[in-house]
Amino acid sequence: MRDTASGHRWEGSEQFYRGAILALGLALGLAGCRTRASKEDGKPAAPARSAALAGARVAGQPPAQQDDGQWLMPAKDYASTRYSALAQINTANVAQLKPAWTFSTGNVRGHEGAPLVVGSTMYVVTPFPNILYALDLTQPGAPLKWKYEPPVLPAAQGVACCDVVNRGAAYDDGKIYYNTLDGQTVAVDAAAGGEVWRTMVADINKGESITMAPLVVKGKVLVGNSGGEFGVRGWLTALDSGSGRIAWRAYSTGPDKDVLIGPRFKPFYPQDRGKDLGVSTWPPDAWKIGGGTMWGWISYDPELNLIYHGTANPGPWNPDIRPGDNKWTAGIFARDPDTGEARWFYQWSPHDLYDYDGINENVLLDLELQGQHGQRRKVLVRPERNGYVYVLDRVTGEVLSANPFVHVTSSRGVDLKTGRLIEAPDKKTGFGHIVRDVCPAAPGAKDWQPSAFSPRTGLLYMPHNNLCMDEEGVEANYIAGTPFVGANVRMYAGPGGNRGAFTAWDPAAGRAVWSVPEPFPAWSGALVTAGDVVFYGTMEGWFKALDAHTGKELWKFKTGSGIIGQPITYKGPDGKQYVAIFSGVGGWSGAIVAAGLDPRDGTAALGFVNAMKDLPQKTTPGGMLYVFALP
Amino acid sequence: MRRLATGLCALALTFAALACEREERRFQTLPAKSARAQPVRLTTLQPGQSLPARSGHGPYDENAWAISEGERLFNQYNCSGCHFHGGGGIGPPLMDAKWIYGSDPQNIYDTIVEGRPNGMPSYGGHVPDDQIWKIEAYVRTLSGLAPKAAEPDRSDQMEARRSEQATSPAAPRGQKAEHPQ
Ligand code: HEC
Repeated sequence: MRDTASGHRWEGSEQFYRGAILALGLALGLAGCRTRASKEDGKPAAPARSAALAGARVAGQPPAQQDDGQWLMPAKDYASTRYSALAQINTANVAQLKPAWTFSTGNVRGHEGAPLVVGSTMYVVTPFPNILYALDLTQPGAPLKWKYEPPVLPAAQGVACCDVVNRGAAYDDGKIYYNTLDGQTVAVDAAAGGEVWRTMVADINKGESITMAPLVVKGKVLVGNSGGEFGVRGWLTALDSGSGRIAWRAYSTGPDKDVLIGPRFKPFYPQDRGKDLGVSTWPPDAWKIGGGTMWGWISYDPELNLIYHGTANPGPWNPDIRPGDNKWTAGIFARDPDTGEARWFYQWSPHDLYDYDGINENVLLDLELQGQHGQRRKVLVRPERNGYVYVLDRVTGEVLSANPFVHVTSSRGVDLKTGRLIEAPDKKTGFGHIVRDVCPAAPGAKDWQPSAFSPRTGLLYMPHNNLCMDEEGVEANYIAGTPFVGANVRMYAGPGGNRGAFTAWDPAAGRAVWSVPEPFPAWSGALVTAGDVVFYGTMEGWFKALDAHTGKELWKFKTGSGIIGQPITYKGPDGKQYVAIFSGVGGWSGAIVAAGLDPRDGTAALGFVNAMKDLPQKTTPGGMLYVFALP
Repeated sequence: MRRLATGLCALALTFAALACEREERRFQTLPAKSARAQPVRLTTLQPGQSLPARSGHGPYDENAWAISEGERLFNQYNCSGCHFHGGGGIGPPLMDAKWIYGSDPQNIYDTIVEGRPNGMPSYGGHVPDDQIWKIEAYVRTLSGLAPKAAEPDRSDQMEARRSEQATSPAAPRGQKAEHPQ
């Protein structure tokens, strides 16, 4: 402990906290280890382990697979398509969609979650305090079956950078899995609602929290931490789905053995080869507090037996404090789900200057790229925060194309020979100056809000932002459990004045097909169906259905609060198709409303408040699930 | 041997004394005018007749130099990481007239020292008392609670404007919040 505030680290208190939280973690962990051996009857089908969907531009493409009408993970399938083969609701009748029933969560923070439908039960997880509700779809109005309320430390709200959101749960083998804000992963008996296990995997006193939805692959629950604005060290961990015990943990920074880099690691580009790059691309010890968290999306290719996950921004934001490429932050890993071993890596933003977390969704497609006639490739499509839609070869990690989908000033493209992002020297952030008109802004051209892909149209439907910013680098003091950012930011609308858009993108051709401007960032997820209808929500509260081919608006409904949730569709026990969405504004973009921030300070909420000053006039907080059906 | 006996005796006495304390019925109550009888209050609601509230005083509330020190410390201890320049983020805004835990200097001091349950860290013991009072004095300026003469006249924070040249000098620091009560 130092007497003055100029010290950079508080070793004493940090150790104290570590000890205390370790003890707590152990106690909770032990308590959570008692497994319940309950087997429920009427066990729903396991998640479809189907291979990646084939792109529509591919000749001789197989017809869309049969849809069982369930929704077992937020992205619908391992390829993360958010595509449903249900087609009762289609372009001809969607205009008649009506609310069928609603459910209030009684929670006024941002609802970024996706409901799940397993058999005849719907499951929703609320933002902090992360209550799980099970709703009975066999009864009129879908009454509550049970609720599960884990003990979650309220202090965790202090280390959640961007509202206390939760992005949903995942179902596998009779259990619902999800994460709590204070860093626990829980498994709940899907039938009876009892806790099966609960494991503390993160530590709020280091600034860690968890907001992501887990993915379950081959009996492993994959979970990553949040806290890139708190100087945490990012990781992805696998828990045994039966016992909740940690099977492996892969860090995003540090020596190879911690990153699970071994002989099987074969990155495509030479800049990613070498020993312990997670140490040598940082100033001494900076990797220990260097970020690279994993709060976003994971995809899985069962054929290649590879999972794909991004890594978030390096910390602190002020890049002058961390010269070097800062590996393995702001990139993407392919890993073996059984062991966690890294197989390849690619870095979207080496030495990231703008908080471009690389954790967005990875859509796995078999695609025939334009100009490569008759040659299908296993690709991974990634609409990335830095403004480009990347198409990678998902076997090797080679960049096949990278085209901008918004106005970009922060870089000058991607060099397809070296794979490197081409820097824009005039937009370099750091100490002692304010850089203006940096586009995209810190939340990126597209933040976490997941897109959807239809094999029928061959288009990727992306809800996204159109924001630019001014940034000023300032001092950053590392004090465990408090923010470690070192930048003042203010954001504003990009060219055109619309702060968001919903864009249909042809990944094979690398260009937009249509785009609908939105006054506010399009912060909800997208859903597309075999009825060729695409759904998303707006921050004012409109839930919209567009024609997947043309982008023409076919229907909209004004919900009670701004929408930042993930739409899903399912077939009810009555055989009817339903569409469900959370309403409930918040998140980083909506914190001005959900947390009642003061618009007079443009730097509030990491500068997002400056761009959202008028949102409080457009919507009010309040979480509600809406479910729609045809009459 | 003798020593042992004395020791045992002392031990027995101690136990006896402890037992006595447990059983004792006190005929004298604590003085009626304890320090908390006229406290700094967090609420205007009182049981029965309204008694006066004390208003706390920070040692630096009127001292311009200490307040500017408070601003520096507010950034260095990462208060600004959660509250930004008063508009809030993870923590609530500090520039408005709404206070969950009170705007009295003593309330704000207590908030910083004790922490608050929904995510405000407890700085007590981690930061010297003197610095906490300086930070307290600065926090009150954010919502216009400090005497005008002592307030920092210009903020060095990043201003929400396009360029230095494009605006007239000394852009106003945002309108003043109404004082609570
Ligand atoms: C890690 C984030 C974080 C940091 C760092 C932090 N705060 Fe807070 N602060 C919060 C949160 C969250 C609350 C609301 C707590 C609650 O409602 O229980 C809060 C509440 C407060 C309040 C009470 C506001 C009211 O309406 O009553 C004050 C005053 C305050 N903080 C000042 C400070 C000061 C001064 C510092 C630095 C010494 C600081 N905070 C550092 C998160 C933080």
